[in-house]
Amino acid sequence: MDDLESRAVQAEADINKADTLEALDALRVGLLGKSGIVTAALKTLGSLPPEEKKVRGAEVNRVKERIADALAARKLVLEQAELDRRLASETIDVSLPGRDGERGGIHPITRALERIAAIFARLGYQRADGPEIEDDWHNFEALNFPPHHPARAMHDTFYFADGRLLRTHTSPVQVRSMKGRQPPIRIIAPGKVYRSDSDQTHSPMFHQIEGLLVDETSSFADLKGTLAEFIRAFFERDFEMRFRPSYFPFTEPSAEVDIRWETADGQSRWLEVLGCGMVHPNVLANCGIDPERYTGFAFGLGVERFAMLRYGVTDLRAFFENDLRFLKQFA
Amino acid sequence: MKFSENWLRELVDVQADRDQLAHALTMAGLEVEELTPLGEGLGGVVVAEIIGAEKHPEADRLQVCRVDAGEGKPLQIVCGAPNARVGIKVPLATVGASLPGGIQIKAARLRGVESFGMLCSAKELGVDNDASGLMELPSDAPVGMMLVDYLGLPDASIELKLTPNRPDCLGLYGLAHDVAALFGSRVKTGEQAAARVTGDARRAIRLEAGKDAPRYLGRIVEGIDPAARTPLWLAERLRRAGLRPISAVVDITNYVMLELGQPMHAFDNDRLEGDVVVRHARAGETLKLLDGSEATLDAGFVLIADDKKALAVAGVMGGFDSRVTDATRNIFLESAHFAPAAIMGRARKLGLHTDASHRFERGVDPELPRRALERATELLLAIAGGKAGPVLDAENLADLPRPATVTLRRARLRRVLGVEVADAEVARIFTALGMQVEPQADGWRIIAPSSRFDIEREEDLVEEVARIFGYDNIPTATPAGALALAAEPEARIGELALREQLAARGYHEAVNLSFVSAELLSRWGFAGQGVPLANPLSADLAVMRPSLLPGLVEALRHNRARQQERVRLFEVARVFAEGNPPAETPTLAIAACGSARAEQWGEPSRALDFFDLKGDLDVLLAWGGEAHRWAVHADGLPAWLHPGRGARVSRDGETMGWLGALHPQLAKALDLGPDVHVLEMALEPLLTRRLPKAQPVARFPSVRRDIAIEVPEDVAWSRIGEVVRGSLGGALKELRLFDRYSGKGIEAGRKSLAMGLILQDASRTLTDEDADRCVRQTLAALEQTCKAKLRG
Repeated sequence: MDDLESRAVQAEADINKADTLEALDALRVGLLGKSGIVTAALKTLGSLPPEEKKVRGAEVNRVKERIADALAARKLVLEQAELDRRLASETIDVSLPGRDGERGGIHPITRALERIAAIFARLGYQRADGPEIEDDWHNFEALNFPPHHPARAMHDTFYFADGRLLRTHTSPVQVRSMKGRQPPIRIIAPGKVYRSDSDQTHSPMFHQIEGLLVDETSSFADLKGTLAEFIRAFFERDFEMRFRPSYFPFTEPSAEVDIRWETADGQSRWLEVLGCGMVHPNVLANCGIDPERYTGFAFGLGVERFAMLRYGVTDLRAFFENDLRFLKQFA
Repeated sequence: MKFSENWLRELVDVQADRDQLAHALTMAGLEVEELTPLGEGLGGVVVAEIIGAEKHPEADRLQVCRVDAGEGKPLQIVCGAPNARVGIKVPLATVGASLPGGIQIKAARLRGVESFGMLCSAKELGVDNDASGLMELPSDAPVGMMLVDYLGLPDASIELKLTPNRPDCLGLYGLAHDVAALFGSRVKTGEQAAARVTGDARRAIRLEAGKDAPRYLGRIVEGIDPAARTPLWLAERLRRAGLRPISAVVDITNYVMLELGQPMHAFDNDRLEGDVVVRHARAGETLKLLDGSEATLDAGFVLIADDKKALAVAGVMGGFDSRVTDATRNIFLESAHFAPAAIMGRARKLGLHTDASHRFERGVDPELPRRALERATELLLAIAGGKAGPVLDAENLADLPRPATVTLRRARLRRVLGVEVADAEVARIFTALGMQVEPQADGWRIIAPSSRFDIEREEDLVEEVARIFGYDNIPTATPAGALALAAEPEARIGELALREQLAARGYHEAVNLSFVSAELLSRWGFAGQGVPLANPLSADLAVMRPSLLPGLVEALRHNRARQQERVRLFEVARVFAEGNPPAETPTLAIAACGSARAEQWGEPSRALDFFDLKGDLDVLLAWGGEAHRWAVHADGLPAWLHPGRGARVSRDGETMGWLGALHPQLAKALDLGPDVHVLEMALEPLLTRRLPKAQPVARFPSVRRDIAIEVPEDVAWSRIGEVVRGSLGGALKELRLFDRYSGKGIEAGRKSLAMGLILQDASRTLTDEDADRCVRQTLAALEQTCKAKLRG
């Protein structure tokens, strides 16, 4: 083992001990620079005989390569360490809350209403609208409620001084949609309606959706099929369902629709969810549609009822209190 | 309509059990609203008589009774009821009985005294709600008899929620016909025999109300026993129908009304003077009614009167002075037909709703009065004795409603229902419902019974077939009609999308009632606006709102008061204004308060200000793609806005809404801070959107030059924008304000604005000289028009 070898070993040891890139660079200059051991060794080559010179030269080159490799390897290690340090110093707590991540939400009534309207839109029902301050003719007379008829007593009505009233149902939109138009007609009319009644289960303002289909072939069987499909689509499940005869002046035959609803305690009961029927010929005639040629069906439903069932809301009044602790549940 | 199940079963044979019966009624459109079983589990309860009663030696409120229960040996029973006394007959729950409430009767020792059973109140037996004392039975109740046998139990009280088209079911007689049709059975009521006439008292009846009162029957019954008591069976039936027994005469008229559906009235005949006259009331005529109220009438009312005075409001309520009292011996019974149109709305006008008006305004069978009169006479004679006079009748046959003749076409029936109903079944249904059926080539000709006011046209018959055939038996199908594809204009933003957009920006949708109080409106400066209701539920809900904001800010207050510091609410609804017709404008409103952003660990908290809300509006306007049509103005603000921190928003010069900080005085009055900001905008303009027309993308790069100027404080940014745009024309692609400063280093009354001009030319790359020239032009224009100075 000659002197060069031992210096090389020493150099390698020094290189592997270098703990900064700066120190490593100083070592490189010291080892491979003009006054470094390799240069010094190369300088001694000139005085050697050719045979020896060749052998020695090769040795010096190997040492030079060894040192260069050691430097490169150490540099990699130190660079990696430096990167690691930097990355470590840049680490954030990703569990901290983000910025401006708060979302609002649409009201559960809107949500249910839009869901219902969207289902019927897929069946070709177009949205229709009418005024909330209605006249007696559209709200009652055209719908076959004569003045003072007891059926009117079922509609506790808000009136205005000029005899107009707040619509008690969305059914007047039927009349407005049919007038000046000929079948086929498929409309869906969502909106606010008003009844002069206020307690735990009645709000003086609530939301209804009216549906109407008039064409040359529609029948009560079609009405049953349409509503059964709708109930299934809205609740995304099957229900036991029944159509029960009822009475609305503007449809005949008329029905109320009950679904078999399971309550939290495991019981089940019939729950009324819809009113419907075949459009009364008088109503068609009032709207300028020939009741001999066309038949139609209509249905009306309370949006609050559907929202309550769908989202498990138990208090009707919660819908109109606008308490954020309630609203945020529907964000 | 509430009635005893046993009573109904007495009128029609039905094998079905109670639940089947109730289900069938409901499914025939006669919805059972409530079904209350009566007298179940009364197996060990007997009729007993208290034959001795002594005070309990240890307890003031208890008595030790000796009770005869028909077992030969009296039973000793301790009782705490206040009405327990010797001589009365009461129900006794014997040892071993278990009562409906779950009470087990055992021999017991009460305060040291032995007791062998329990004397019961009606409530304890589940036959009534009366828990005030022992249920006292009539003195002729047979001691030892099972109570269920004595009271005709078990039974059920059934309440129907009848629709207005079925007045015929407001009497059991009519209901029995429907039940018979449903079960293929027969009604058991036969002909009503005429009562034996033994008296001769008469009164002339004069019909003077035309078609409003075409038939009026009366009868005088003299010499009844005023002390006669309503028999138990009749009182029980009334009670199970929800009526309190009052007196024999009144109970009998009520009983006949429930049985047949014919409202009747009994007058004290001694109070009547001369003829009975059925006439219209005179305007302003008054009458004291049975309930003590004073009715003021008009010519729309039909009145029962005598030669001197008004006696009763026809079809609504009898008069006070001619009422039957416990001294009345001579009765004038009324059984009449009044036309529905003559009664409709009349009771309501008087603030009344009576059993009679309920029936007459829906329609009572015009053929019933005689039968009802004979039935009432029969009961009266049996219960209170007396001598019946002849039937006194007056009628205008021409004015009586005629049974309708209606044709049902087989094809129409099939078309409307979507199912084929066999001819034989159709005929069976009509016959069972009491209709006369004449088969015809293409259908049936039907004559409806006089009780069915709802049968007028073909559809009414379709409904009857469907109802009895069963809605459940109609199949389900899918409409096959033509389907027009709805046009969805792309240049319109959907309301739901707008709502979702606001939700994404942190707003929660609120839904408020459309009516608010006049007081709240005047606090906001909306006095006299909106549309007032004629009959509001309360002063708080009296006016259809002219603005969504008062209600929405109340909702914000509601949340503030519940520890919600940061509130972001919006509402989409209509606002109302008087007019012919009244105006209804779909509107968007926003109310917000609290910090500008949700509390966050890395951001300084900042109170919400005008520009936060304006940013929300900018987003909505940018969505429409026509921001250039819109402008904000500092003038023309409503009273509810802070005059220096509010803006009017216009499109094409037309005002569309406002936004800004709530006026500090209003905020203070509402107990709110200065951070409450609101916006209200007409909805429609926000929903219109430009259909994009693509332009080629510029091929040359843009150049940006930043300048900072000083201008007087009162020069609005919008003005500077106009000047800059005006000076540069098409070369200016965009103008960005990136700093605004006033204070130290700037002369008082002036402000510094730093802006970036983004310049671009469609045909070439702009040179530095071009850009410099633009800046010079702009500065010159700003100096000239806005007293601007370039900042160094």
